[in-house]
Parts: sequence; C-alpha cells; structure tokens
Amino acid sequence: MLKYTIKRVLLAVVTVFIISAITFFAMNAIPGGPFAKEKAPDPAVQAALEARFNLDKPVHQQFIIYLKNLLHGDFGISLKTGREISQIIGEKFAVSAKVGGIAAACAVVLGLILGSVAALCRNRWPDRLIIFLTTLFVSVPSFILATILLLVFALTLKWVGVFDANNPNYVLPVISLMLYPMSYITRLTKSSMLDVLGQDYIRTARAKGVRDSLVIFKHALRNALIPVITYVGPMVAYILTGSMVVETVFTIGGLGTEFVRSINNQDYPLIMATTIFLAVLMVIATLLSDLVYKLVDPKITFD
Amino acid sequence: MTYNADKLPKKNLLSLQIDVKKFEKATDEEKAQHETMRESTTFFRDGMRKLRKNPLAMISLVVLIALVLTIIIVPMFYPYSYEQMITVNGKRDKTAKNLAPFTYSKNEQKAIEEGQKIFPHIFGTDELCRDYFIRVVYGARVSLSVGLFASLIVLVIGLLYGSISGYFGGKVDMVMMRIVDIIYSLPDTLMVVLLSVVMNQVLGNALKGSIVSKIGPNMISLFVVFGVLYWVGMARLVRGQILSIKNNEYVLAARAMGAKPGRIIRKHILPNCMSVIIISVALQIPSAIFTESFLSFIGLGVQAPMPSLGSLANAARGGMQSYPYKMVFPAIIICLIVLSFNLLGDGLRDAFDPKLRR
Repeated sequence: MLKYTIKRVLLAVVTVFIISAITFFAMNAIPGGPFAKEKAPDPAVQAALEARFNLDKPVHQQFIIYLKNLLHGDFGISLKTGREISQIIGEKFAVSAKVGGIAAACAVVLGLILGSVAALCRNRWPDRLIIFLTTLFVSVPSFILATILLLVFALTLKWVGVFDANNPNYVLPVISLMLYPMSYITRLTKSSMLDVLGQDYIRTARAKGVRDSLVIFKHALRNALIPVITYVGPMVAYILTGSMVVETVFTIGGLGTEFVRSINNQDYPLIMATTIFLAVLMVIATLLSDLVYKLVDPKITFD
Repeated sequence: MTYNADKLPKKNLLSLQIDVKKFEKATDEEKAQHETMRESTTFFRDGMRKLRKNPLAMISLVVLIALVLTIIIVPMFYPYSYEQMITVNGKRDKTAKNLAPFTYSKNEQKAIEEGQKIFPHIFGTDELCRDYFIRVVYGARVSLSVGLFASLIVLVIGLLYGSISGYFGGKVDMVMMRIVDIIYSLPDTLMVVLLSVVMNQVLGNALKGSIVSKIGPNMISLFVVFGVLYWVGMARLVRGQILSIKNNEYVLAARAMGAKPGRIIRKHILPNCMSVIIISVALQIPSAIFTESFLSFIGLGVQAPMPSLGSLANAARGGMQSYPYKMVFPAIIICLIVLSFNLLGDGLRDAFDPKLRR
C-alpha cells in the first residue's frame, strides 16, 4: 500500500508540474506581451513595467519565478480588473463549490438508488425506464440541457425562480449539473450490483434465511459501491468543467463564469491561474478516489 | 473367429459390460437428424445476426444513415446557401429576418403573388436573413466530420502506440505506459480550452487564405488536442487486448514459422481485437461532438460564418424566448446524433464484445 501510495502521489506531483509547464509556455507562445499596446508607451515606462513583472528575464527564469509564486499561493493579478487572482479564485470558488457539491452529492445518492432499483428489477419496466432515461441524459450536451430547463421551468412554467445572487435558487443549476454524472453512476451501480447479486455469498445469505432488505443493503450494496468510488475523480472533473457552462447559462457568479469571461476577455494570467487551479483540484480528486478505492477493496492486492 | 456382438460372453454377473442386444442400429433417417442442424457461423456473421435482432441499434443505424444521406444530398439541390442572405429577384431581402418555419417574408409574398415559385424555409431564417435549414444541415456536416475525423486520429495513434507497446512488452512497454499514465491524468477538457485559446492566437494569421481557414484555428486545435491527449484511452485498450491475445498458441505457431512482428500484429493480433476497437471508436464520436459543442459554447468553436450544431444552438440562446425553434432544431439533431452513436455502440458491444458473449 505504501509503495502504491508513493507511486500515485509522485505521479500526481509530476502531473501538476507538467500542467503548470504546459499552461505557462502555451500562454507565453501567444504573440504580444500584456503591455504591448498599439501606441508604444514611453520606453522607460515599458521597461519599468517589464521589470516589475519580471518580463525582462529569459522565459525559463520567468517560469521558475512563476512556480515559486504559485507555491506561495500568489497567482499574479488579473489584467482586466487589476485584482489579486488568488482573491478572485477564493471568492468565486466558494459559490462554485456550493453548487458543485450539492450536485455531486445528489448525483451519487440518486445514482446509487436508481442503479440498485434497475439491478433488482432487471428486465422489468423500472429497469427499462431507468436505462432509457439515463441513456437519454448522457446524450444531451449540458448547455442545451441547462438552457431548455431554464426556458421551460423558470421562464415558461415559472415553477422555480431564476437564479439571482440575493435569493439563490439552486434547483435548476444543480439538476443540469447532476444528470450526466447521475446517469453514469446509475449504469455503473447497475452493472456492479448485477455482478454482486450473482455471487455465491448472496445465495448463501439467502439460503440462511436472511431478510431480503438485509441481503440487499448489507451484502450486496456495500460491495457494489466499490467500483463507484473510482468514478468520483472523473465526476469532480466533469462537474468543474460543466460548471463553466451551467454557471454561464444561469448567470451564477462562480469560477466557471469567471473562466469563460477570462477567455473572452483574453485575460491570460487569469486563464492560466484558473486552469492550474482547476487542474490541481481534478488531479487531487482522482488521486484520492484511487487511494480510497485500493483501501476499501479487500480483493485488490498490492504488488 | 469372427466377431459377433450378440454372442459375446458375459464375464460375470456384476460386470458392467453393455448388453448389446438391448440396442438397435440407427436408421438412415435417424442418422440424418444428427447432421448439422444449422450451418456453421463465423464470428462476424454471428455478431451481425445479434445486432440485427437489437431494435434500438438498428433504428440508430437507420437514423444515422438517413442523416448522413441528408447532409450529403440536400446541399446539392437546395436553393439557398448557408452563408448568404436570401435574395428575391436578385436583390437582398432584408425583410426575411427571423422568419418562423414555413413562412415567407413580405418581399417573397409579393414575388409569389406575381407568380414566382419560392422554396419554403423549412426551419425559418436566422437574424442575418439566412435560411436556417441549410445552416443546420451544414452544422450537422461540420459536427459529424469533426466527430469522425477526431475519432480517426485517436484510432490511428492509439492503435500504433498500443500495439507497439503491447507487442514488445518489457522495458519499451514500461516507458511507453508511464508516458500514457501522465497524459491520461491531464484534465483533457481544460487542456482543450487552453490550447484552443493559444492556437487561436498563434495560428489565426498563419492560416489565412488556406483551405483550412474556413473551419478556423479552433477546429485545428481541437484535432491537435485529440491527437495529443485523447489517444491514450485507445492505446491502453489496444495494449490490454494485445497482451491477452499474444500468448495464444496460434501466435506462437506463427512466430515458430518465422513470421515477423509486423506480420503477426497485422494478421493475427489486430483482427482479433478489432471488435473491441470498433466499439470504442463508435463511442468516441459522440464524445468529440460533445467537446466541439462545449468549445462553441465558450466561444472557441468553428470560424463564422461556418456553422456547427454547437455554435448554432449557442447563438440561439440569446433570443430563445422569442425564437425557441432556433434552439430546438440544432439541439434535437445533436441529441439524435449522439444518442444514435451511443445506442449503436452499446448494440455493437452486446453483439461483438467477446467478454459479453455467452
């Protein structure tokens, strides 16, 4: 286990390093520096600005300085607003984390329930209905889903309020973020549940006369849960990128909206910082879910 | 002594030797019954039979074929173009703005009253007075080609890399797979966005005037990113398949007869893992279409005026309450394409995946 953990942590660190390198050098490849203006400013001012942001040094030195600052939590400042990026990220991420967290929790709970129901009613109408709906949900791009939900339920039927900052209504954003991972978890749970239900120890438990509910919850579901853990990492990644779309559609002032805006504004330091921040979150989520998976599953051996 | 079954002596009372008298010879008719009941079937034919029995997969296949035929044939005779305003009597018709499906603009009404025939706007028109149906058709063309082409890139790179790594094994495999591990752990969507932002700036000027400039630097960067990042899944799949196949006796036999590695990979290993690879390609196409529509949404899609389904749906978000049909048509087509590929992929897997066969 220790060897595996070290290997995975090392891989994660290397990944984060590579991501920051790609981000930094990609952004540097864009022609024209941040202070390149149509009308050339006073050369002295230009030089002072470049010295202030270390732009006069060679690129590899800039990279090292950038990495050092990153480790201290200093992401630089936004070109558009001039604010500290670490402040922007901290503030906006709180909003995104709330919506994303609720969506993730709902996706896992509903996915497990639907998946178990589908497995237990195999080839009967609940199973067919659930599988049909989940197949449908994974076929709709999230921005179309979010727009249609907004149009139908908030603007036409007026069942739920439109999201606004003072009186936040999370129902529609959470639903649009949640449906894809929920469908995925449902399918995963169904197949692993069917796998488990065919095992000998389930038959043994039934033969002993254990109640059905106990067999399902204690013997079957607990084991069927294990493969779902591996999906947690990809789910976090999906929700973080999905939030860019969903937050923009519902005009929620989260990190996703900020990222899309920074791309349209060509605010390169902000794009860079947000990319690295989100990527690190995704890498950590994947690392944790892999480690927990190995920890929980007694059948896996470490070599 | 001649052999006579009836007169074989019994060894002793408790002998298990069969008493032949109790049997009679099979008649020719009975023998005929034991002839093969059904003709022998190949792996491919058996899979196709299973696939044909799967109604969802067949419907998806029909839908896809119909869609492909539509987007190939319709632009050949359709009177409007995807990038130009509608013209009446050779003049630009500025009244044909945001028409609802199957309605005509004022100028067109006049022309009809004068006895001209005007082709109806099946999906209406957009805010720049262009026929919307042909734009959706072109959008579907772009989205489908992006999906197919991106999957092709993934297939070629993944296949080459995976087969080399899986076949040679040992140190080569270890190094190649560590590289795959690292690329696999990069968050792909973020990298697509990042590289699109950069390549948009870098390639923007370089591409001007060339053929590819029509689809724009964003699509080029999408392909590059697929070529750089998305092949790792395919490489892993191919490697796993090859590892399990290369230890079979027939591979050993081929090697004993002096076949070269290239021939063994081509003739013996790849045909055996083809089914799994085809399924994975079928499921890769919707994922590429999704990525394209996501990029269109955040403003990094195909170059205007070329439409894609994603950019059409995204452009329609603004006037959604007044013109919901502009959102609905491309949205339905995207969902139809993705759903069909998903169902077809599932059907192919049920029919061809050796692990699921009983």
